[in-house]
Amino acid sequence: MNKTDVLIIGAGPTGLFCAHQLGIIGLSCEIVDNLDKAGGQCIELYPDKPIYDIPAVPECTGEELTNNLLQQIKPFNVKFHLNERVELLKKNQNRWHVKTSGGVEFDVAAIVIAGGVGSFEPRKFPVKECEKFKGGSLFYSVKDKSIFEDKTISIFGGGDSALDWAIELSNTSKVNLIHRRDAFSGAESSVQKVRELNDQGKLNLYTKFQMDSVSGDKQIETVKIKHDEGEIKEIKSDYVLGFFGLIMQLGPILDWGLNIDKKTVQVNTENFETNVNGIFAIGDICSYPGKLKLILSGFHEGALAARGCFKYAKPDEKLRFEFTTTSKAAQERLGIKK
Amino acid sequence: MAKITYHTHDNKTHTIDVQKGLTVMEGAIQNDIPGIDADCGGGMACATCHVYVKEEWLDKLPAKEDGEEDMLDMAFEPKNNSRLSCQLIVSEELDGLEVNIPSKQG
Repeated sequence: MNKTDVLIIGAGPTGLFCAHQLGIIGLSCEIVDNLDKAGGQCIELYPDKPIYDIPAVPECTGEELTNNLLQQIKPFNVKFHLNERVELLKKNQNRWHVKTSGGVEFDVAAIVIAGGVGSFEPRKFPVKECEKFKGGSLFYSVKDKSIFEDKTISIFGGGDSALDWAIELSNTSKVNLIHRRDAFSGAESSVQKVRELNDQGKLNLYTKFQMDSVSGDKQIETVKIKHDEGEIKEIKSDYVLGFFGLIMQLGPILDWGLNIDKKTVQVNTENFETNVNGIFAIGDICSYPGKLKLILSGFHEGALAARGCFKYAKPDEKLRFEFTTTSKAAQERLGIKK
Repeated sequence: MAKITYHTHDNKTHTIDVQKGLTVMEGAIQNDIPGIDADCGGGMACATCHVYVKEEWLDKLPAKEDGEEDMLDMAFEPKNNSRLSCQLIVSEELDGLEVNIPSKQG
């Protein structure tokens, strides 16, 4: 059991800065995120795209912003729990008991949801029968590539994951790579390599094709793919891999009794608390009149939510407003030596 | 203003006057038309504002920018008439545009 003052759900810029604000006012926190690294949408959707509207930072990429925020919260030694999704929430007297998908448990005074538009999950095939084979012979990520040895694998997608796995698995398996158009979004060098392998007969490339259906008994046996112009091809396949990027899902948060409106959580603008006492929501996931989905708004919301958490974490103390330029306590927490 | 018609998956038709300069995505969101999620808020980073454009309109729309087709690779059931509605800025020329909203965005 991890005991801390506040649990932050989401390690995007908003969650990271909220951790900073909690640290400044002397509260401890830990952060859970479903991804394998901090940064949220900044890292997952646009690590290399420049952002131009962070106050006092004329230009920076999603990755730089994340690294700077991580640097800024370093003094507080915040513990991260990555690859974990928050699942269960239970009120335990005045505190909250939270459990993640991987079984990590927390005992906290308050919760700050900074979950963006939800947790990132792989996009799935539109074909219904795929659900039946998922996890057995159909996957959206590769955990153990040894199972594919000497088998026939049909890989769908046109990004880096699809290309990289097609190249990698073509060494030990029979690979079909199926993509909806002739152009690819993945790296040009990988596209070249895939075309070479196709010319050499080391993999089969099908472009302008998409999945039509999958069939088999317990395991996939055949996949039907359909050309733009209607032609249907049947290909034998032991395994199917789909790489269509990630989509955001609100997930278990929906069941927590919060007021939800169009995939967002309603909050007040005084301290960004939800309708449930002790649960706050900040960043893209919260909604209120005038809400702007900007990173700078998330920073503001995080600063106020952190102060809102104080009365739950330290009910017998009063929070005094202080500036980091002059507050001895804040400077001590930041580890500044004078 | 331009009239934009959204055909939703529940076989309903919504014809809306959308202000010039807004996107077809924003026209749907502001008028509570179901089926467009627009998770990333119009940044061409998520493919959850995917629509099918009525064939006769395909040539009249502004060409796809770099990256839109890449994002459409991720969309749910992309077709030849797929577009991201966040990339369609409403103008006089789009008056009368009709789009179909897919059954799901992901």
